[in-house]
Amino acid sequence: MALKIEARRQISTRMLYLTPFIAVAATVVAGFFVFMILGSDPVESLYVFFLSPFETKYGFSELCVKAAPLIMIAIGLALGYRANIWNIGAEGQLTVGAVCGGAVALAFWDEAGIYILPLMALAGLAGGALYAAIPAFLKTRFNVNEILTSLMLTYVATLFLSVLVFGPLKDPQGYNFPQSRMFTDSATLPIIWEETRLHLGFVVALAIAVAGWVLLSRSIIGFQIRTLGSAPAAARYAGFDRTRLTWFCLMLTGALAGLAGTFEVSGPIGQLVPNISPGYGFTAIIVAFLGRLHPLGIIGSGMLMALSYMGGENAQINLGLPQAVTGVFQGMLLFFLLASDFLVRYRVRVVKPAVEGI
Amino acid sequence: MGLDTILAMLLTVIAAATPLLLAAIGELVSEKAGVLNLGVEGMMLVGAVIAFATTVGTGSPALGILAAMIGGMVMALAFGVLTLTLMANQVATGLALTIFGIGLSSLIGADYIGTPVDKLASLSIPGLSDLPVIGPLIFGHDILVYLSVAITVAVAWFLKKTRAGLILRAVGESDLSAHSIGYDVIRVRYFAVLFGGLTAGLAGAYLSLSYTPMWVEGMTAGRGWIALALVAFASWRPWRVLGGAYIFGGVTILQLYLQGGGDIGIPAQVMNMLPYLATIIVLTVISAGPWRGRLDAPACLGKPFRPAS
Repeated sequence: MALKIEARRQISTRMLYLTPFIAVAATVVAGFFVFMILGSDPVESLYVFFLSPFETKYGFSELCVKAAPLIMIAIGLALGYRANIWNIGAEGQLTVGAVCGGAVALAFWDEAGIYILPLMALAGLAGGALYAAIPAFLKTRFNVNEILTSLMLTYVATLFLSVLVFGPLKDPQGYNFPQSRMFTDSATLPIIWEETRLHLGFVVALAIAVAGWVLLSRSIIGFQIRTLGSAPAAARYAGFDRTRLTWFCLMLTGALAGLAGTFEVSGPIGQLVPNISPGYGFTAIIVAFLGRLHPLGIIGSGMLMALSYMGGENAQINLGLPQAVTGVFQGMLLFFLLASDFLVRYRVRVVKPAVEGI
Repeated sequence: MGLDTILAMLLTVIAAATPLLLAAIGELVSEKAGVLNLGVEGMMLVGAVIAFATTVGTGSPALGILAAMIGGMVMALAFGVLTLTLMANQVATGLALTIFGIGLSSLIGADYIGTPVDKLASLSIPGLSDLPVIGPLIFGHDILVYLSVAITVAVAWFLKKTRAGLILRAVGESDLSAHSIGYDVIRVRYFAVLFGGLTAGLAGAYLSLSYTPMWVEGMTAGRGWIALALVAFASWRPWRVLGGAYIFGGVTILQLYLQGGGDIGIPAQVMNMLPYLATIIVLTVISAGPWRGRLDAPACLGKPFRPAS
């Protein structure tokens, strides 16, 4: 008996959609051992981490609150990744979007009106898109690798936010704390589920996912994106404009990340603070892959990664474990997913041993 | 500006350059073999926290450094299994390695925040270290500073002068040719990736034992990514990596001195942006400048290889 690895003639669609579940199962098994090493009861810990958020209305609503930015960002990333455009600076684009949206809120702090929220959303979209235009320009004009530029700009964005909340945008009556004024009701997203923090942004995120699906599967530009990623030579031959697609994918991701940032500060946070996101821009990378770069899959994977944030918080509160458990689970999940992707392209067969000694 | 100030400045440049040099020289070897590992930041963080925890636990910085090397290599091994054996996408796997490393290092390090540790001792050579200026500048550093330069020299020699180095470069330039004349492409790449993990671990150890002798979450602050940029900046040449690391070290230190030089009306955070902005500018210049087309990136960089069986 021996194992033989063969390349599949075509990638296995069944495996493509099965692997996320294999990866989640493997993560749960590995998590069992992680909790054991950390010295806490593995069964109880897994329950607290993965299931306890579903027990209460609050837990479930928080899940949706955290899933909203992840889904929005991952939709944009997925389009880019399909075309081999690697924006990993969504965290920075989120930050700049939050700053722009937040600046509008603060500019209108002594006014009320229904025009304020749409203005903030526009500012967030524009801010994120313009910030993503920097790597897009450098990539298309000078052929600079977008992975490194978009990531470097994330550090710059975080420092920029810090300049603002320690300086010009600091609350004048805030006892010198590095944070802005609280946003007014007109600049705060409406709550769609009473007694929770679940805001309109979640609905917008779902709508964006559906729109992303239509764009990818039904539009010309979606077709061009898919071709550019899966058959670059064919895309070149067909005359698809790679420069235009690079701009489109980067700016779209930036805009969506910027909107997510605006929603964070006008929803759950309610003001500008030095730390807006617990790494949503990076976790969205995992969300995109786990959702198989498919907009509808991303809704599911976004909820799951939101669960990993909740799980980390609950593990900290109920079990006294460090919240960093979240990052370990997220990393493991992506590892297992990439490993099990092997099954999509190859099959492992048991073969009878060949006759020895010929 | 007195001699002492200039001397102190040069010493801090060396300190800032060392972790960049260590991380970049290992990544250079990995990329020369055709493997793009974007997980440098994650491997550095794991190296940093393991070095710190081991040093605190055993009281021996030597064991700490050793543990950091092993930690970096274990991380690199995970990357190798995924990308070399299971042929996963190198970009995605590198990102996964960094995300995992950030999480794992904060988990391990949670108990060590605020714990003090003695700064890695300088190797003092009686007589030489006491010389004015030259003593502290050349003979007053800790082992990792010397090691970073020694490794660079060794890598330059290895790649250029040895048969094994030639094979490694062949694997990175044309995996099919190397395979067809009988070299085990995958095995060579495993060694290269593991070496990258080893030096990234050392780079982390330098940060948590010497540069700022303590553990802080995410203390690499993007240095792993800057190291990646350095390799491209250096056109995949070891000596240029050495030069580049010291130039970047200089930029990092420049901001500290500009801040220390009195209030110049620029917020500290803006000065802190300098290394990241410098990285972007440098990348743009090398991608667009007259060097373009002679960048010498290994031809098989980032491409998976599976021997036809």
